[in-house]
Parts: sequence; C-alpha cells; structure tokens
Amino acid sequence: MCRLALKTANEPFSPYEVLTAMEAMQEGYDGSGLGLLLRGMEFADFKYDPRFPILSGIAHTERAWKRLTEYMEKQGYELKYDHRFHMKPELIDAQDRHRYFLRAYRMPVAFRDQSDEVREAEMLRTRLALRKLGTEDDHITIFSFFPDVAMIKEVGWPMQIGDALCLHDGQIKSRVCMAQGRQNTNYGINLYACHPFFIQGISTMTNGENTAFVPIRDWLVGKNFPGYTGYQSDSEVFTHILHYTLKKLNLPLQAYKHIITPLSKTELAKHPQGEFLAGLRQVCKRLIIDGPNAVIGTLPDETCLLVMDQKKLRPATIGGREGMWAIASEICGVDAMVPDRDPSLDFQPMREHTVIIPPHRKELEIWSQYDPFPLPLAA
Amino acid sequence: MVSVRSVSITPSSLTPTDLPWIIEHREDRCTLCGHCTAVCPKEAIRLVHMRQRVPKLDVFNKKRGNDYRTFTGIRQETDPARLCIGCGMCSMVCPNEAITPVPGTNENRTVFFENRKGEPMKRGGRRNSSGPTLLDRIMFNRISMLTDPALDAGRHEFNVTTTLGRILSPEDFLERTLNGGWIPTTREIFPFIIGSMSFGALSPNMWLGLLQGVAYCNEVLGIPVVMCTGEGGCPPWVLRSPYLKYIILQIASGYFGWDEIIRAIPDMQCDPAAIEIKYGQGAKPGDGGLLMWYKVSKLIARLRGVPEGVDLPSPPVHQTLYSIEESVMKMMQTLSTAFLHKVPVYPKISASTSAKSVLNNLVRNPYAGGLMIDGIDGGTGAAYNVSMDATGHPIASCVRDCYLDLAAQGKQNEIPIFAAGGIGKNGNVAQNGMALVMLGASGVHIGKYIMQAAAGCLGNEKNRCNVCNLGICPKGITSQNAKLYRRLDPDKVAERVADVFMSINTEVKKIMAPLGRSQSLPIGMSDAIGIADQAAADRLQISYIC
Repeated sequence: MCRLALKTANEPFSPYEVLTAMEAMQEGYDGSGLGLLLRGMEFADFKYDPRFPILSGIAHTERAWKRLTEYMEKQGYELKYDHRFHMKPELIDAQDRHRYFLRAYRMPVAFRDQSDEVREAEMLRTRLALRKLGTEDDHITIFSFFPDVAMIKEVGWPMQIGDALCLHDGQIKSRVCMAQGRQNTNYGINLYACHPFFIQGISTMTNGENTAFVPIRDWLVGKNFPGYTGYQSDSEVFTHILHYTLKKLNLPLQAYKHIITPLSKTELAKHPQGEFLAGLRQVCKRLIIDGPNAVIGTLPDETCLLVMDQKKLRPATIGGREGMWAIASEICGVDAMVPDRDPSLDFQPMREHTVIIPPHRKELEIWSQYDPFPLPLAA
Repeated sequence: MVSVRSVSITPSSLTPTDLPWIIEHREDRCTLCGHCTAVCPKEAIRLVHMRQRVPKLDVFNKKRGNDYRTFTGIRQETDPARLCIGCGMCSMVCPNEAITPVPGTNENRTVFFENRKGEPMKRGGRRNSSGPTLLDRIMFNRISMLTDPALDAGRHEFNVTTTLGRILSPEDFLERTLNGGWIPTTREIFPFIIGSMSFGALSPNMWLGLLQGVAYCNEVLGIPVVMCTGEGGCPPWVLRSPYLKYIILQIASGYFGWDEIIRAIPDMQCDPAAIEIKYGQGAKPGDGGLLMWYKVSKLIARLRGVPEGVDLPSPPVHQTLYSIEESVMKMMQTLSTAFLHKVPVYPKISASTSAKSVLNNLVRNPYAGGLMIDGIDGGTGAAYNVSMDATGHPIASCVRDCYLDLAAQGKQNEIPIFAAGGIGKNGNVAQNGMALVMLGASGVHIGKYIMQAAAGCLGNEKNRCNVCNLGICPKGITSQNAKLYRRLDPDKVAERVADVFMSINTEVKKIMAPLGRSQSLPIGMSDAIGIADQAAADRLQISYIC
C-alpha cells in the first residue's frame, strides 16, 4: 500500500522531516520507490530567485549528462545554480545513477518578458524534449522543470534514499514537501511511475489504484496536449485532470472534486447549481475516477489539497496548527510531521470534502461538494 | 390398397425423414383430442383416417387371415409449404405427452425447395449460426486484487446509466453556459435498450406488455429503460401519454406512422426519449423494412396510413435523399427542429466497413446525438434468408474501430456509439452487453433477446420457428391475428420485462464490482477484457489470455 505525507509550513524545513514521517508509516510500503516534491525552495549556498525554473532529474551516464547540458545551453538557458548532493552512492541499489541534479536556470532571452502561459509552455516543451533526449544506453530522467519546484525520485526505502542524498544536511529546504512511498502494483518498476506527478507547476500523489485509468488516459491523450503523456503509472492522470480543470477549463479548484467524483443525480437535483454541475458531470464523464484513492496535491501558489474517492475507500488525515500543516495517509504520519498540534482538531475528510490549505496557512478550508459552487457563471 | 404407380411423385415430394423436424406421435397415448392439430401454426399435422391390419387367427378352424380396422391418427405434412417448424406447440398443448417434434438427423432436403414459385426464402429471426459468439468468449479479466477493497455489488452505490444524445466538449459546454448558447438535450438511460421492433412486427399485446414493463422499470424500479418503436409509428394513445418519454421514435425509409406522429406533436404531454433515423439494419443491410401482407391488419393499416392486407416493403434508402451526407444535414436538423431541439436525434446504420465514414460525418454535425450500429446477428421480423445469413458485418470489430477512431480525435465522450446485433444470442445478455461497452459502446440494443426472455419467443439459430414474417407466431408475439395474440398476456410480458431488467442490472454490477468500477459505466475500459483467440485479440486490441 502506498504511504503519503505532505508538510507545508511558513518556515522552510528539511525534506528529511517528511522522510521521518514516512518511516513512521513504514508498515505499509515495500521500499519499491520514493518520490519527493519540494516547493518554496531555499538553498544553503545560493540565494535562489523563485522566478528561475529548476530542472530536476537524473543523468544516468556521463554521456547523457553531456547531452543534457549541451542541449540546455543550445536552447539559451543560462545556468544560475547547480546543486550538488553529498552523495553516498553505496546506499542506492541502482548502479546507473551518474548524476542527480537540481539546476536553476534563467529563461532564454526570448522568453524573459513573455506571459506566464508562454513561459510555462516553453518549460513543458523543454522538459518533454529532455525526456526524449536520452537513448537506450544513456538514459535521462526528468522529473520537473518549473520555478520553485524540485523533485527527487528513486527506488528504495525513504530513509535510505534520504541518507544516500544527504538530505539531512540542511542544504535544501522548502516550505512544502510531498513524499510518497510507492508500490507500483499494476505496472513495471519505473522511475517515472513514482508519485508525485508533475505538470506545469501542478502536482499530485495518490494511494490506491485507479481502476478507470485506461478510459481516462485515452481521453486525455485524445486532447492532444503535449504534456498529457507518460502514464507509466495509473495515478498520473489525477495530476493531469487537475491541470485540465485549472489550466484548460479555468475552473476553480473546487471543480476538481466535482469532475473526478461528481455527485449523483439525486444529490444534484437538490444542489443550488445542480443543473450546471450535472452538465459538467456529463461533459467530463470520462474523467470520473473510481478509486480507491486519496489524492494529495499542491499548486504553484503553495496551496495544498486533499480529496477522497467517491466512496472514501482510503484513509487520509490532515492536522496541524497555524503556519504548519501536515497531510498523511496515516495519523502517525501527521504525528511525526507536526507533533505539537492539537490532535482533536485533526480532520479526516469524507467523500464529499475537498480540504484546502491556503498559501497563508492560517487555517484549513474544508469545502463540501454540497456547498454552493463558487463559479460566477453557474449562478 | 393404393397401387404404387398411382402415387404422384413430383420434384418436391419428400418424406418425413427429409424434413428438418419430424413429428413423433405415440398413438397409444393419443386421445384424439385434436389440440395439437388445432394449435399448429403451419398446419403441419393433420388428423387422418388410417387403416391398420389386424392379424386374425381362427384357432379352432386352423385358419389364418387378416382383419382391418380404421382409426384416426396424426400424419405429418411433407409439402414444403407446411413444414413443421419445430415450435413444439403441439407438445405444449398435448395433455398426454403423445406428440413432439424432434430435429431430423438426416440432411435437410427442404432447403432445396424454399424457392418455389421463384420466390426465395423469407423468414424472421436472425442469422442461422449457432454456437458461442465472439462476445460470449470475452472474459472480464482485470480483477482488482492487491490494492482494492472489493466493491460490493449488493451494497455499494453504483451508477450504471449511460448518456444518449450529443455531449459537448467541456470547453464548448463552459463557453455556451457562459454565453447562453444551445446545449443539446441528453438523456440518462439504462445502457440496455429495447431495440427497434415495430408496432406491426409485434402484436398489440406484446407491444403493450413491453411498454407496461418499461414504465414499471422506470417508475417503480428506478431503472431508466427506454424502448424504440421501430418503423411503423406509435399507437396514438401512447403518443399523447406520459409514457412517451420512455420511447425512441424511429423514422425509416417508408416513413410509416409519421403522419400520425407529426399530428400528435401539439398534444404531446412530454418529449419522446429520442428519434432514431434508420438507414440500415444489421439483419438485412442495404434492404428496407418489410411487413408482409399477412400482418397488415386494420389497426396496422390505420397506424401506417396504408390499405389493409398489402405487403409493406420500405425502400432500401430514404427516397428524398441520395447520400448519407445529405441526410445527415437535412433529416437530423429537420427532426431536431420538429421537436424544438429538445430531443436527441441519431442515425441507425448496419455495421459495415464504411461505418467510420458515417461516424466522421456525424462528428461534424452538431445535431447528431449518437450512432447506433447494428451487426450481422441482429434480428428482424421479415427478410430474405440470404440477407440475414450472408450479408452484414459482425458488431464487435465495427464498434471497436469506430470507438478508437473517435478516441483518436478525442471525441469519444461526445458521440455515444450504441451497438446491437446478437447481444444475448445465447442468453448471456449482460456479459455480451458489457463486453461491447468495454470495447467502446455507450450502450446496447436488445430485440430478439427481449422477445425470447420476456415473451418466450421460440425462434433459434437452427431455424426453429422463425415464422415472424407470416403473422402466425405460435406465442402471439409477432402476429396481428387476435386469435393468436390473445395467447400473450401483456401483464405477464410486463412482469418478465421487469424480471429481465432487474437481473441485467444486478449482473452489470456483478461485472463492474470486481473490476473496481462503480461510479461510471466502464465505456472503453479495454484493459479489463481478454479473449483466448490471438487473432481476435489483435483485431480488437485487447489482451490475449489462455
């Protein structure tokens, strides 16, 4: 079973704290992989400008590394910072890990004054191009390329990977950290199959299985959007649906829940915007998930969210205090991440809830699907 | 005794062993009640006087001799016009189990005489090809074992409805919601639809029973079943009733019944479920509808606006049109407008290698509410045998091709594909239907299965019965003769319709639950199915399992 942990705090913290929470929940996973997403970056040896996109990934051989750096130079990306992990390679089982990298770039001149939309499209294009740059002998794995986001994925136990990359040394900190211990149940072991998944600043991770994966994937692929690709894991579609909701349909975050787990016909009949939501349900019918899942995500503005499948077939708890919150698939994970909180205020969302930790981190927003939908056009 | 020479022998003279069905009659059990001969729809048996030799032995006079007695018994007709069709009604009515038809094991010589008077064989039923179908062989093999708590088909909430009608893309929907544009009407219906069987092909009692059953499914059981009229209109009282919302009105190339429908529009209490425009039928592709004169009763003549007792062959194409493109433009828009754009309109075509071109035409037509594809195993009330047996295209690969084509364009949610033709041919209705759903159909139409399950139709793919065209249906399902259709109690049919849909509903859940699906019908969930046939698996792009 997958284990999920997310911590968000006003003060940047080490990802090792979240790995400790993973250790607390270790009964549930098999060490088949760890994925980490950090957002709101702080580096001990570099004053990072959050406008610089960070490229995260692994060059598996020296030749692959050379190809990658040459490509970025050729595209006009100016390297501003190259983070060096204090590696203990003996702790990592895989042999072909020439170089883990987190590299901050300045956008090419042509894109510096462009809109966010154009810049994000360019970053996506570059990420996909780099993924294709690797060859059979010289793999390149790219996890993300976006401002203020770093990602690490590796096969093994969370603490083992944390130690291998010396994540406890305080060199990297972030305000948001997501971690997932993966057990890829249905498909082959593949670094890309590690959660969290990422597209244009939006990221989610999930426990459970997505039984409706193939029809959802087929529909997303049919949209012909370059980023809707990959799908080494059935959970990647959750990230893409969130991206589609927010970036393509320009709907508010609350629409996500209405799209993946819409209310039933009888529930919609009583809803103040039932007619609109019934229409939305129908046009997005191929994006209905079936669970069992808890989906935890973060957005570029450091908003964090948690939603459940329609039958709430998976556990997940959220707890914390002003300025520091944690979401985990087990309560012991929340305990490990925010021990000094009032546990009686912990919340376990039910099937209709979307729990949102807003960027100010003052309090939780618990939003129900039965509430009026915050969309002016639905009125 | 009759001399051998005086027996007339013609080319079509046959003996009972040449026939497909042979009547076995046990004289020792027969009471001569005459029920069997009265009930036989083909008059294939008759009571005759026969003579029997009785040996006579005079012991005292040491003489041997013969006596003869005359008795009344059953004799089977061998005239090809009066062949036993194996319906077994004689056996059903016999109080003493004295008579039953048995399949002839000899080769069937009658096939050589099915064209007397130059008229090729016509019949009802469907393609005479028995045995497991491809759909029967598909297995649901993606069972969630490791991470899923199994869903409980009996206790969990399931959503098994499907959408009929044009669905916009999410982008268009939001844009039109914002700017007040037209959002096409859709219906949420049960994915198993009672397929088009006309009022004319079916007897009034059968039709009434189906409608009662459908209304009960909707209003009492909460299963939103709809049924299609077929070509031939709809009884006027139904058009003006609140039950019209459960009915898909079909318009076909003969336009039968549409005077009555158009006249009723101002009085309609509700809109019909949809309008189906028939361009083709799986059982007889490229051929029009056919209601043979035997069935054109006074009532049917009135409904269809034709004289009594004449053959009603619809033309193969819509006479006002010369291409499907034109019909897409004209008919769909016209019919949509007639119902104020509040009723989904979709075409029905026979499965064909050219189905994709029709589909691509519909994609660009904003009034197209779906596509119904009818495969070669579809049934019919009347058609030429050669059309039924040898013309057409199986449904599975046709639906799969069309779905993949839509998916490549990202339009699979916008134009629902409905499939028909052989669903439930061997009784596995829910399994067959769900296999098609996972291949890409949004729902299926079932006709023959409903006749068999709800009314006890005796027809099968070994050419049993199959006399729907002649109006002599022994069960009263496809007859317009009151003496025959009075045998069918509409209430009992309605009860069976409810039984059938309750059971399909449960079986659908039993199929979906192990796959971990409950929130939406698993349309196009091709990873969930497999078949132990490499060629079929490759063709359908599903997994090969063994």
